[in-house]
Amino acid sequence: MQLTQGFADPAIDAARVFRIVLDAMSHPGRIVALPGIDAPAPCSPAAASVLLTLVDGTTPLHLAGAHDCDAMRDWVRFHLGAPLVGPQGAAFALGTWPALGPLSAYPQGSAEYPDRSATLIVDGAELRREGARLTGPGIAHEAFLTLPDVAALQANAAQFPRGLDILFTSGTQLAALPRSTRIGGA
Amino acid sequence: MTDYNFAYLDEATKRMLRRAILKAVAIPGYQVPFSSREMPMPYGWGTGGVQVTAACLVPEDTLKVIDQGADDTTNAVSIRNFFARVARVTTTEATAEASVIQTRHRIPERPLTDGQILVFQVPIPEPLRFLEPRETETRTMHALEDYGLMQVRLYEDIARHGEIARAYAYPVRVEGRYIMDPSPIPKFDNPKLDRSPALHLFGAGREGRIYALPPHTRVESLDFEDYPFTASKAAGQRCAICGAEDSYLDEVITDDAGGRMFVCSDTDYCATRVAAQAEDAA
Repeated sequence: MQLTQGFADPAIDAARVFRIVLDAMSHPGRIVALPGIDAPAPCSPAAASVLLTLVDGTTPLHLAGAHDCDAMRDWVRFHLGAPLVGPQGAAFALGTWPALGPLSAYPQGSAEYPDRSATLIVDGAELRREGARLTGPGIAHEAFLTLPDVAALQANAAQFPRGLDILFTSGTQLAALPRSTRIGGA
Repeated sequence: MTDYNFAYLDEATKRMLRRAILKAVAIPGYQVPFSSREMPMPYGWGTGGVQVTAACLVPEDTLKVIDQGADDTTNAVSIRNFFARVARVTTTEATAEASVIQTRHRIPERPLTDGQILVFQVPIPEPLRFLEPRETETRTMHALEDYGLMQVRLYEDIARHGEIARAYAYPVRVEGRYIMDPSPIPKFDNPKLDRSPALHLFGAGREGRIYALPPHTRVESLDFEDYPFTASKAAGQRCAICGAEDSYLDEVITDDAGGRMFVCSDTDYCATRVAAQAEDAA
């Protein structure tokens, strides 16, 4: 078994990655750069950095599709210790958009506890500042981001305050789409 | 073992806090429960704010801490020293230089900018708590957007006192959804929350709640069409030190014969103005 290294300096690296993710989550559609770390294919360095920063033994993780490979499972066991679960019990999920499947399979939170919903890490697709128009909290006027399935994500946003929060990762890039963001429209 | 972990808290705790902060940002105005830790200071001294700050800090940060607007009070000085020691961050008293500002009950007069984080210390995060003591009930009220009770309370104020008689911790509506307690800031500061380019994070340590206002979020102070919200302060007064008429003023009793003066509550704002006036005079 060949394991790649996690953060070189865990406390400091995790702090820096969190601040970048916080910046992205506070500015939906903003494309930010994360440090490159080694992760087992097909997981991107950005997705691996997010996992190392936010996921641990208390947060069940769902690996979808090609991300659910032996190398990735070993990496998760060693670095995170997160229980690997199906979509219905996941606090975090990692995979490509097609592999993650329908959004309704994941915990959406309840009206009383909307925070008890999953965070999806959608890995792989290239991020560009074009396509769907985003407005709402964190966005001064408007932002644009390439989205995989506008109708599904609009349905997710329509559930507010329930719903999933999504981190799109590609290479060392990341952009966030919290449930509070309105998609499309004038 | 002579050193603390970076930013004092252990990594598992910081991950838990960071997950809560991200959910709070994703649901503006909603209070996310978190597992509050014992901190090396008593409740009421900003344990919630300190935990949020600890979860956010990076070594490159410049930290400012204010207590009722002042940089030089015991609470502010000790929290600043605490993070200078355990997170090795630079500290400052200048609002413009700070990347993270922890505050107790004030928002700086100088407008905040994109990239700045303002961390509030919150004693009682639930705006409905004094109307309904049961957590199960207030949680349902937030879930159902059942905020009639708050409007009735404000109406009763008008019926009894002729105005909405609340000068601080004045409730706000966030993006037309959640009613939120902006922490005990004077209502003079409420308009600064609306569509601010900075990120506002609120930490309540004793109550174990974190909530947030992302940048550019719509924040309305509750009012009635015929009794609109007004951001009041000491009427007709100006700062005795710098002469400012637009800043929030503290009333200071100077003797036992009724002597008093009004001075800026924001010490950095006041000192900056005094320095500029000295430069102009020279």
